[in-house]
Amino acid sequence: MTAIASEADTAPAPSITELFLGFLGLGIIGFGGLLPLARRTIVEERKWLNEQEFIDLLGLCQFLPGGNIMNLSVAVGVRFHGWRGGLASILGIIAVPTMIVVCLGYIYDQYRDEPHVQHLFAGLAAAAAGLLISMGWKFIKPLRGKIWALCVVAVLFVLIAVLRLPLLPVMLTMAPISVLLSWRFGK
Amino acid sequence: MIGTLVTLAIIFGELSLMAFGGGNAVLPEMQRRVVEVQHWVTPQEFSALFALAQAAPGPNMMIVPLIGWHVAGFWGLIVTSVAKFLPASLITGVMVTLWERFRDRPWRKIVQAGLVPVTAGLVAASAAVITVASVHSYWLAAIAAIAAIVGIGTRLHPVAVLGGGALAGLLMGFA
Repeated sequence: MTAIASEADTAPAPSITELFLGFLGLGIIGFGGLLPLARRTIVEERKWLNEQEFIDLLGLCQFLPGGNIMNLSVAVGVRFHGWRGGLASILGIIAVPTMIVVCLGYIYDQYRDEPHVQHLFAGLAAAAAGLLISMGWKFIKPLRGKIWALCVVAVLFVLIAVLRLPLLPVMLTMAPISVLLSWRFGK
Repeated sequence: MIGTLVTLAIIFGELSLMAFGGGNAVLPEMQRRVVEVQHWVTPQEFSALFALAQAAPGPNMMIVPLIGWHVAGFWGLIVTSVAKFLPASLITGVMVTLWERFRDRPWRKIVQAGLVPVTAGLVAASAAVITVASVHSYWLAAIAAIAAIVGIGTRLHPVAVLGGGALAGLLMGFA
């Protein structure tokens, strides 16, 4: 069924160069929150995937470790051209942002002793912290009413932010516990 | 130098495999390893680098190449980028081909739902760690609080919020 739908509303398979350039463009325009832009580029503009295929691949990418957009670029590339497609896509999406961020880092290093620059960066860092708080809130809000989930959040917060324990052992114990609780109490 | 590169590769390779829910989930661990264990940068520098990476376009984990570059120059940048993006990419590449087999299995939904509170807890921890490191005056606390409220209550673009914060910080210097 999806095969018929994809025949109907997707363009011919992109070449490796097209994958690279497509994700390169996405990397340049995407400021904070690439996901809506990725959907527009991949589904609406370039028609590499139809809506259902996109949602499907995104579901997989959210399930796996790594950034959603990174994983999505690899998944799209691999789907069309195997590992070379995946490589072209991820290189495309990180190339320009890497260069920009290194230039910004260079400027920061050169002028960091200037009081005005220090104040500017202090304000920038405080705002970035505030945005992280709002992001944490958005993650926690949908869990209201699920006592088991809020307990997991609280325990992780204490272990990582307060006690500053290493993440690996914490993940190896808390992830299975959380999955078990989700199985037992979810629904 | 080689020792530093190997350490960078180990740290970021490990982070890559634990980043369920994206890069912000492993931010506290990144900070712990880079700041507290290795002493490559101070907590304030880490926060500044994070803020810089947030202000740049592209995926939200651009702090990774930035730290590599800061610690060990060009090769540091290459090594951290490969270590952070390759393991997760390999898993994704393999899973894309296997996905069809298990996407409708009931356990997939249970595992996914079970990982949501883990990610939520880790992002909340990220917020706490970064806030503690970057807020050291009432003025900065006010900037962070306003940014948080704007982030929660409005659909204002994050880069506008960051720009506002930078501007407010600059004005703080003249106050």
